[in-house]
Amino acid sequence: MIGAGKIKQYANILEKPLGKGKQEVSLSAFAFLFSELVQYNQTQVDNISELETRLEDAGYAVGARVLELLCHREKGNRRETRLLGILSFVHSTVWKVLFGKVADSLEKGTEHEDEYMISEKELLVNKFISIPKDMGTFHCGAFVAGIVRGVLDNAGFPAVVTAHFVPVEGQQRPRTTILIKFAEEVLQREARLG
Amino acid sequence: MPPAAPRSGEAIFASVERVNAELFTLTYGAIVRQLLTDLEEVDEVNKQLDQMGYNIGIRLIDEFLAKSNVSRCVDFKETAEMIAKVGFKMFLGVTASVMNWDADGTCCSILLEDNPLVDFVELPDTCQGLYYCNILSGVIRGALEMVAMKTEVTWIRDMLRGDDAYELQVKLLKQVPEEYPYKDDE
Repeated sequence: MIGAGKIKQYANILEKPLGKGKQEVSLSAFAFLFSELVQYNQTQVDNISELETRLEDAGYAVGARVLELLCHREKGNRRETRLLGILSFVHSTVWKVLFGKVADSLEKGTEHEDEYMISEKELLVNKFISIPKDMGTFHCGAFVAGIVRGVLDNAGFPAVVTAHFVPVEGQQRPRTTILIKFAEEVLQREARLG
Repeated sequence: MPPAAPRSGEAIFASVERVNAELFTLTYGAIVRQLLTDLEEVDEVNKQLDQMGYNIGIRLIDEFLAKSNVSRCVDFKETAEMIAKVGFKMFLGVTASVMNWDADGTCCSILLEDNPLVDFVELPDTCQGLYYCNILSGVIRGALEMVAMKTEVTWIRDMLRGDDAYELQVKLLKQVPEEYPYKDDE
């Protein structure tokens, strides 16, 4: 029975048809893998902010690929060129594909024109994570912030993206807010387009 | 009360929470890329992936036993079937088959019928010595060690390296007898 595998062989990966993205793995498999990502990176850094930067970089690489994949599969090879368009693309399309649901909310910052926030009550990557006391403000959502930055940057919307815990009244666990601060040129371009 | 009947991999997979396989695939890809950048040597990356898998395996076995109701396997053949039919299915949603047994029943091959780790992946010329899916061999080794079996798990065939299938060889090195009484302070 040698060679009974059902996987078809392709000479070139580009000939392989693109999946529909309906395949799933168990949440535990992902959680185990993510925990190894965090633990490995902990061995490579001296402090929390370096750890967050490294997780963000890993996420960025995912975001860049997600943008390409989704623009091809969901948007017929078109991508959003306007600020609100790309934000709602991240909040709806990207979130739905990656995390199985639309993000809980998308808001504009009240104090700064260039800030937007995507909030999620329980971020998928935080599900089995509890932060040790000595790690202070560390947030595993840095990985997701990286994904968001990867999508935005590669779509032509450079931004600084960070993940924060925001306490919610009456809830034991804080929610997560992904804060997006767009680069100046993005807002200038947006203003010019009117 | 008699022990609950073992559950099939399909039934468990259907009942657990699941995530999109592409998130899993791309996250794994990000890990491999990070290792390649940090460690530079392909052999070191293979080792680190195996180690990560081992770390996962020693924890994953608990979830496997808790959810599958599998009790003690009578021999290594049954163990291998459990890994292929229940283990791979309940965590990765794919099935695998066991074949190529040696005469003593201590060495066999597990053939993956699908592999969610390798979507979108192509190995560049600089990474030809890389066992991209080496994390899987580590998982099996780690999980079996926790149920008192020392094994050696190696890739026989890897489609990313031009073979026609994903084939893992699992070789039972020795069965560690359970020691009693257990010492609490270890």
